[in-house]
Amino acid sequence: MTLTTEAPGATPAEAPSAIPSFQVTMRLRRFNPESDTEPRWENHTLTMHGTDRVLDALHKIKWEIDGSLTFRRSCAHGICGSDAMRINGRNRLACKTLLKDLPLKKPITVEPIKGLAVQKDLVVDMEPFYAAYKSIMPFLITTGNDPSRERRQSPADRERFDDTTKCILCAACTTSCPVYWSDGQYFGPQAIVGAHRFIFDSRDEGAEQRLEILNDREGVWRCRTTFNCTDACPRGIEVTKAIQEVKQALLFRRV
Amino acid sequence: MTTTTIAAPRSPRRLRGRTNTELYAWLFMRVSGVFLIVLVFGHLFVNLMVGEGINALDFAFVAGKWADPLWQVWDLLMLWLAMIHGTNGLRTVINDYAERDQVRMWLKMLLYVAAAFTIILGTLVIFTFDPCPAEAAAELLPSFCPGA
Repeated sequence: MTLTTEAPGATPAEAPSAIPSFQVTMRLRRFNPESDTEPRWENHTLTMHGTDRVLDALHKIKWEIDGSLTFRRSCAHGICGSDAMRINGRNRLACKTLLKDLPLKKPITVEPIKGLAVQKDLVVDMEPFYAAYKSIMPFLITTGNDPSRERRQSPADRERFDDTTKCILCAACTTSCPVYWSDGQYFGPQAIVGAHRFIFDSRDEGAEQRLEILNDREGVWRCRTTFNCTDACPRGIEVTKAIQEVKQALLFRRV
Repeated sequence: MTTTTIAAPRSPRRLRGRTNTELYAWLFMRVSGVFLIVLVFGHLFVNLMVGEGINALDFAFVAGKWADPLWQVWDLLMLWLAMIHGTNGLRTVINDYAERDQVRMWLKMLLYVAAAFTIILGTLVIFTFDPCPAEAAAELLPSFCPGA
């Protein structure tokens, strides 16, 4: 039995007092399309605990100080990929970034991810990002009749593209890419990761089409290997490596 | 009446200009980079380190080098590879950072014209270089020329 139940006598209110608390200033980039012409900065000083994440600080502001603060979050546990934002100048998931790991002497800046149009506060228009993902056809392409059983694959073949299956489409990598900031036509790291996941899948037969799409002027050759994407990925995907593997596959047509 | 043609389901997307231009440009940067390391450091070593080193560098030294077909080919390769390598690098910078189509086009035109001019002029000099032109005034000729 690995489940633990609360001991009958313990008071839940006792637990937080044992955790050190500290003052933290959150510096948020706000934008209300109905009243603002330019985004503005807003500071809030809060008392937070060592176990709190940036998302908890945002919740505290939204629930207790200013209910108009707008941001996306769903699962709040680093799986859904809704709350990617620029925290202290780096793309992070707010739900995976502990406050105690950030320098607390200075305000913690929180901005929307760059390169996509801001709709309100920390919410950006994700449609161009999804459009790039759709254009690499992120689904299994096969020919001939479907097998009556499952499509079998050896563990070694599965291992080949394991890294890129971890993607949660949070857009942290794509919006950390300097080429993507200045050129909205570029597919971006995430779309290439999505393509990599199928190109190197032994069951898929659409590799040639996907490679042809990424061989475009706005495809993999725009990558400048700055490693911003690898640094930003909250799932630890080696994004730049995946892009290089696609380049290599294109170069040698050896998938 | 015009008939609309509907593509068969699952037919591959029509891509604008199915070429490998960007692939070859990317590959060229890697290959020319390797060659340039050898060519440039060889050039620096021979000009600055061998023999008297930098003190031997003068008009006569350069004239002597270009009398030798090996150095003609060496310098020609260096000129062409470095110019195309650099031009392609600048082309990607312009593509990355010029936002308006018109600006991008004119910057690239300027770049290509400047690169072509330098390559043609350099190639011409390497192959037509004559340290002792026959019709030149005697006081303008270097000391090793028969007329000086």
